[in-house]
Amino acid sequence: MSDIPRLDEEALAELQDVMEDEFGVLIETYLADSRTRISGLKEAVSAGDSERLRKAAHSLKGSCINIGAPKLGNLCFELEVLGKEGRLEGAEHLLASVEQEFEEVARELESFNR
Amino acid sequence: MNLLIAEDSDGDRMILATLLRRLGHQVYEASDGLEAVAVFIKFEPDIVLLDALMPTMDGMDAARRIKALAGTRFVPVIFITSLASEREQAHCLEAGGDDFLLKPYSRVILEAKINAYSRMLNLHRSVMQQRDQIRTQNEQMLAEQRMARRVFDNVAHTGCLDAPNIRYHASPLSIFNGDVLFAAERPGGGTLIFLGDFTGHGLPAAIGAMPVAEVFYGMAAKGFGAADLVTEINQKLRNILPVGMFCCGALFEADGKQGTIRVWNGGLPDGWLVRKNGERLAIPSLHLPLGVQPPERFDSTMELFTSAPGDYVVLMTDGFPESCDAQGDCLGENAVRQVLAEIGPDDHPFDALMARLQAFTGHPDPADDMTLCCLEVIAQGAVSEVTESAPESALSGPGSWHCVYEVRDRALADFNPLPLLLHICMEVPGLRRRSGEVFTLLSELYSNALEHGVLKLSSEWKKSAEGFSLYYEERMRRLSETQGHHIRFTLDHEPLGRAGRLRIRCEDSGQGFEPKEKAMNAPTNSGHEYSGRGMGILKRLAKEVSICGSGNCVEIVYDWEFPAQGVITSQ
Repeated sequence: MSDIPRLDEEALAELQDVMEDEFGVLIETYLADSRTRISGLKEAVSAGDSERLRKAAHSLKGSCINIGAPKLGNLCFELEVLGKEGRLEGAEHLLASVEQEFEEVARELESFNR
Repeated sequence: MNLLIAEDSDGDRMILATLLRRLGHQVYEASDGLEAVAVFIKFEPDIVLLDALMPTMDGMDAARRIKALAGTRFVPVIFITSLASEREQAHCLEAGGDDFLLKPYSRVILEAKINAYSRMLNLHRSVMQQRDQIRTQNEQMLAEQRMARRVFDNVAHTGCLDAPNIRYHASPLSIFNGDVLFAAERPGGGTLIFLGDFTGHGLPAAIGAMPVAEVFYGMAAKGFGAADLVTEINQKLRNILPVGMFCCGALFEADGKQGTIRVWNGGLPDGWLVRKNGERLAIPSLHLPLGVQPPERFDSTMELFTSAPGDYVVLMTDGFPESCDAQGDCLGENAVRQVLAEIGPDDHPFDALMARLQAFTGHPDPADDMTLCCLEVIAQGAVSEVTESAPESALSGPGSWHCVYEVRDRALADFNPLPLLLHICMEVPGLRRRSGEVFTLLSELYSNALEHGVLKLSSEWKKSAEGFSLYYEERMRRLSETQGHHIRFTLDHEPLGRAGRLRIRCEDSGQGFEPKEKAMNAPTNSGHEYSGRGMGILKRLAKEVSICGSGNCVEIVYDWEFPAQGVITSQ
């Protein structure tokens, strides 16, 4: 798991190329969107709603993969699997890892964006 | 192209929209399935990209709605997904998706996919365009065929095909199958039937059929015989048909009065004469099809058969023996032979043949390019009923005229003057309505003058089977020795108010015969007596019949009048 890099520099460079002046807006959009989704994950876990957890984790996974945050994407995938299998026992612990990793990603992206 | 993206993740949607815009496309965005459907209805995009998982309405449902809304229009739906399992990917396609696009987006793959769908859309559009074009053309062709059919039916009407003694099957399925069947009553009695099968199908075959119909009905009404008709049809078709196109055909003339059948068969399968006693005679094709030979090489010789009431003549196009069963095997001409051989005394050959065909093919409806026609020979009165058409004005046309027409030498063998003479008489409106009677008078006078006066044939011979063939052999031989002979018609017409009087005098260069009383007392086979039967017909139709000179001249007086015309008033 630790082999997976936090940020995919190559993917980010390509996105920068594609988005041009909009890159900053994209990063802000991604971060705001992800914060909303993480709140959604928390709500799903505390409500014990595994289907909602699965869907929210799946969506966040897709965004993370697209933006070039594969490690966070992988953590989301693990959460998605828990949701799919209806096992919410380990979810809180994994959710904490997701939050922690997101803060790291946010910090690094913001410095990348500068 | 116009593209719709439906994706609930704002960042992902932004990336995809920017990628596609950079490729030069117009992009519409939606953040859930319901909005996607609304945008689709409003902008009708060419391609739709849908996230599989979205709130409000997920991608699967949106895909189904969009496909239903598109109808026959092809709208590629591509699922955007980061789904991992194969089962989930398959599920997207089962929901009506055409493809999927995996996250993270690859610029190269995205461009390649959009280009591939662009090509597919263009192909689909041109296929649809061609389909619409074909549909329009087909509708136009059917409309034209219906129109042409109406013109064709007016020219090639059924004639007397509906007569109770004629049974036929002609395809109702195809408008133009290349088969034609015409039937007409001759003016003085007797039936003419033509069955033809043009090479090819469709419009070319139908076009060839039009002049044949005109020639057939036109000449039949004018009193021409089968040999004249077949000669004219050949010449007409030879002139108008391109090389390689021709008409296999058979023409026969049944004369119940004379008890004869004359048949010409060029290229059709064997026709059959099925006698009441069960005897069967094949009428094979002895000629090239019509439209092949130039007029100078054309042979219009008719096969001559005696016939009696209850005999049948059967003609068919090759569609009959070539009808196939489920295995693709043909019925064959031997089957026709067999059916006719096994026919019972009360069976109608038409029913027997059709039953055999249906049993063989296993279909109630025969193939659409087969025609079968069967005529039952019926006893015929000397004159068919005079059917008077609506009275025409007595004032139009010539009333008072005189005409002498003399046929001489070789023309006696080669030329039939009756249509010409009938034509002259038909200029008088009152006579036109009695063409059958006038034709009968002219043809009786002419055949008596020719066969008995000039050729000195005895009608006694025709009473036996051997005599019958002897009669016609002698007739043929003696016709080559007509040099120095003549037959002269003198026609006089005078109007009598709403009526008129036609005098016909027919003289021949023969020796005549003894006065009638004497001949009656001492019947001979010398051929010099006037045909008793012919005389009976003349006497029935004409007001006066007189024999003059040495018996080589007959004069008749024929009166006609318009039926009383007026309005019936009842008080």
